[in-house]
Amino acid sequence: MWSLSGISNIIHNWLNQQFSPLWALIFEMVIAGVCVIGLFAALGLVLVLMERKVSAWMQIRLGPNRVGPKGILQSLADTLKLLVKEGMTPGGADKFLFNLAPLVAMIVAMLLMAPIAFAKDFQLWDLNIGVLYISAVSSISVISILMAGWASNNKYSLMGAMRSGAQIVSYELSAGLAILSVVVLTGSLNLNEIILSQADGWWIFKGHIPMLIAFVIFIIAVTAETNRAPFDLAEAESELTAGFHTEYSGMKFALFFLAEYVNVFIVCAIGATLFLGGWMPFHIGHWESFNHVMDYIPSSIWFFGKTFFLIFVIMWFRWTFPRLRIDQLLNLEWKYLLPISMFNILLVTLMAILGWHF
Amino acid sequence: MVEEIGTTTEGDLIINVGPQHPATHGVLHLVITLNGETIKKVEPHLGYIHRSIEKMCESLTYRQFIYVTSRMDYLSAHINNHACALCVEKGLQIEIPDRAKVIRVIMDELTRIASHELWWGAMAMDIGAFTPFFHAFRERETINDIMEETCGARLTMNYFVPGGLMADLHPDFQQKVKSFISLFKSKVDEYDELVTGNVIFRNRMKDVGILSKEDAISFGCSGPTARGSGVSCDIRKLYPYEVYDKVQFDEVLETAGDSLARYMVRLREMKQSVRIIEQLIDQIPEGDFQAKTKAVLKLPKGEFYTRVETARGEFGVYIVSEGGTTPYRIKFRSPGFSNLSALDHMARGSKLGDLVAMMGTLDLVIPDIDR
Repeated sequence: MWSLSGISNIIHNWLNQQFSPLWALIFEMVIAGVCVIGLFAALGLVLVLMERKVSAWMQIRLGPNRVGPKGILQSLADTLKLLVKEGMTPGGADKFLFNLAPLVAMIVAMLLMAPIAFAKDFQLWDLNIGVLYISAVSSISVISILMAGWASNNKYSLMGAMRSGAQIVSYELSAGLAILSVVVLTGSLNLNEIILSQADGWWIFKGHIPMLIAFVIFIIAVTAETNRAPFDLAEAESELTAGFHTEYSGMKFALFFLAEYVNVFIVCAIGATLFLGGWMPFHIGHWESFNHVMDYIPSSIWFFGKTFFLIFVIMWFRWTFPRLRIDQLLNLEWKYLLPISMFNILLVTLMAILGWHF
Repeated sequence: MVEEIGTTTEGDLIINVGPQHPATHGVLHLVITLNGETIKKVEPHLGYIHRSIEKMCESLTYRQFIYVTSRMDYLSAHINNHACALCVEKGLQIEIPDRAKVIRVIMDELTRIASHELWWGAMAMDIGAFTPFFHAFRERETINDIMEETCGARLTMNYFVPGGLMADLHPDFQQKVKSFISLFKSKVDEYDELVTGNVIFRNRMKDVGILSKEDAISFGCSGPTARGSGVSCDIRKLYPYEVYDKVQFDEVLETAGDSLARYMVRLREMKQSVRIIEQLIDQIPEGDFQAKTKAVLKLPKGEFYTRVETARGEFGVYIVSEGGTTPYRIKFRSPGFSNLSALDHMARGSKLGDLVAMMGTLDLVIPDIDR
């Protein structure tokens, strides 16, 4: 019910009837590309509005409420404004790298969407090493930040970029180990198989306390990886004005901005997929009737519900916590998170070998 | 373009924080020498908002010059006015009515709470937490409304005049202040929950920007900055003016001298201010709000100095009179200037992020420094 696989099958069959297999494949790729770009833009708009509304709610304000009903068209208006603005390149900047950096940030965010299962049988690329692909591609995002910081020829940008480099490289380790604990339990790097393995219960429940620890570490690490507060040292507006994107304006800035939000969506989607069962409905053991009711909720709603819950948690962090200092940030990773996650993965491995999970 | 990056021969990075920078809360310009993230030197450059207020005051009469002083430390407008009014009254040897004295103290303490609230929000914003700013403004707005009713202004009050007050209190004043006090008491605990108890916040503030007692004295620090280092310097206690000797309140002292100590002093000072207001709000005596003064004030020949405790520290007014209708020379001793001078000493060797937190705990108001 409500499965999107029907639509994709119809399109696939129709294209194969009309064209040769090669052209059909090319058309499918174009359709997928348009879908990704559309989703990228839509997610950016929705998440920016969501952030503004969440922050307004936490800060006893109303938030945007002028453009459209309840202000839902505000981010569209902002995008329009940024599009018509002049995209300035400061004198003395490395023009090629300066203009390339936002594109790299955007392309990385788009590439990461490929292996994510948005609903049952609705995945752009069912990759057998999906988890590895995600960890590998998400590491590229630091290059765009370093590029932007270096090419801007601005001291604030440079410092922001250097902070970001140290931060992302460090926190990737913890995030990787947390992801690995799911892989150890599932025995597969394929995201679809990981979701299917959670049919009888999500890993966060099935995996006892070690998986809970892994989940918490994952959330902390991805918050740092996406440069969100309390780990937003790369932009730290009270210290570095705007950090690595100080010199960016117009659409180039907007691309960084959108990429940040899409990255937040992606890491939350990955967290939801790995730990909270992706599009898998919530099932409790042998409560057949309960499970049956849960199955009636469409899989896409399950997926987006979990993802947006995690996004809300990350936004909650941002509007509550003060920012860490750079040395405290690195201490947290190397002295606490990394040893804990290393020990945790040993526990998970032991659990997997002895079959202690449900 | 490498030369323009501003590297010195030792490989240090020199960056300009300000005059337009989110952390300086005004037009302060700091030239910072950095080695990586570590601060080697902080050099404040002043003068961006210098309006020569002292010179301006010298061409205005004793009634007029008080209004200019609201524009110095705009967060303690009442207290600045208070110091000037006190100095003129001292020169003319006017005894002001008791009602005016009590109202002045209540207004001063309300101003102190409002100023500390703004500081609390801005300080949290400096270290990356946005939400407290809005929470602080919610309560500050109530004070501004109370002020607006009585003084007609929300920021530059101009309510104190030589001889007493400009006008009598608004009839709702007492009731509104009481409801504010009960609101505020419940919110102060919220501040503690939101910021003070936060582990990231404590790590950012503890053992950062240490100013020893000796240094605090030698830099001429005053107010909460000095009291955070254990220097007893509350003018309200040491040299009581108006009715401060008749009310019960504690001088808040912390001994650690770090950013957290300065933070705690201000937070606890708000509670002491509430205590003072609570004692006085029901005890406002009936009577005149202004003493009878001559239409044209002429201070006798001589030198007069008064000092008061503003939200930032000791504020002094020094008037030299030649016997005319305008002062011959006026000098203001502003707390922010001396407190800022300690910044370089505190910041050396700490990280760039700490500098912002330290500036937050110094509670700098730039027009107060530059005048």
